[in-house]
Amino acid sequence: MSEIVQVVKVGIADMNIVKAPHVIRTCGLGSCVGVVVYDLTKEVAGMAHVMLPDSSLAKSENMNVAKYADTAIEELIRRVIEAGGRNGHLKAKMAGGAQMFQFRTGTTDMMRIGPRNVEAVRQQLQRFRIPIVAEDVGGSSGRTIEFHPKTGILLIRTVNQGVREM
Amino acid sequence: MSYFERMDAVHMDILKEIGNIGAGHAATALSKLLNKRIEMTIPDVRIISFDEMMDIVGGADNVVAAVFLRIEGDAPGNMFFVLSIEQAERFIQQMTGDEQFKLEQDCSELPLSALQELGNILAGSYLSSLSDFTNLNLHPSVPALSIDMIGAILSYGLIEMSRVGDHVIVVDTAIHEEHQPDDRVNGHFFLLPDPESFHIIFRALGVEHDE
Repeated sequence: MSEIVQVVKVGIADMNIVKAPHVIRTCGLGSCVGVVVYDLTKEVAGMAHVMLPDSSLAKSENMNVAKYADTAIEELIRRVIEAGGRNGHLKAKMAGGAQMFQFRTGTTDMMRIGPRNVEAVRQQLQRFRIPIVAEDVGGSSGRTIEFHPKTGILLIRTVNQGVREM
Repeated sequence: MSYFERMDAVHMDILKEIGNIGAGHAATALSKLLNKRIEMTIPDVRIISFDEMMDIVGGADNVVAAVFLRIEGDAPGNMFFVLSIEQAERFIQQMTGDEQFKLEQDCSELPLSALQELGNILAGSYLSSLSDFTNLNLHPSVPALSIDMIGAILSYGLIEMSRVGDHVIVVDTAIHEEHQPDDRVNGHFFLLPDPESFHIIFRALGVEHDE
């Protein structure tokens, strides 16, 4: 009787939408940020795997909106609402933005990309007045995350600490 | 894809040759260091999506040991030396003489710095042969070691490329130890020049490439 649960995948610089009972996952977040925007009562969620903080960094014309925090959040919200989410009921969770490598010299802006991604995602969510219910950001570990739109639970797996719920 | 449309077969061959020379020297250095025969595949030059890049090494959440260094100088870029966990353990066992060594049980300083130094030597010999071949001034940053999900590690090398498009040009050379029971490839050298570096490399070798 129960439906088979599918795992919707989100690649690097990619986004997707999921409805319960299915779940949505993105793998191997380092400096990238995985952000989930969801409406719990409608059991719908969208996830983006953001790679860079701002689309002004782009050097090409045909732009992938999922790659940049400023364009990804806006599009993600639009698609969650299109899938049945309601403005004013949306919440967000996010994880990632690690600094995988510590360099003694030459910490250029690009090396600090993790914290910059986190800050940019936070600003964008604030711009659309979407509260961040939970976050697990920074540090120096890679993360794989999975969101369950039915319960609103975000599972975070790291190599050293196993799986955590939030 | 416009950036990549200007790449033709000649350009791809040059990148292949670069991988051949660089990884060839690195494999020789590794072989001398461990007193073992190391085999190397013909370098593969690919224009692939970010996700496809992760698939070369078992998917974004596969756990590996990787040494990362930034290439500085005339043609900046990124270099990774990626090992499976088993292979990293074997190299550490051979270097330290501790045949029971396992990464998950022992994360102490010495074995990890041995691995980091190994990566440093190999990447250094890759780069210096590349520098000799092209007559370009290339030098490595201090290497950084990470044992973590490959997606989290490699995405650092994709940042510069991602500003130009959704694809990456990677020069991939695989190595494996001779006489291992499993014939699997157990190490990869990835050379990821920054977008601006390609025409510098091509010009240094006397091949024009429209910028």
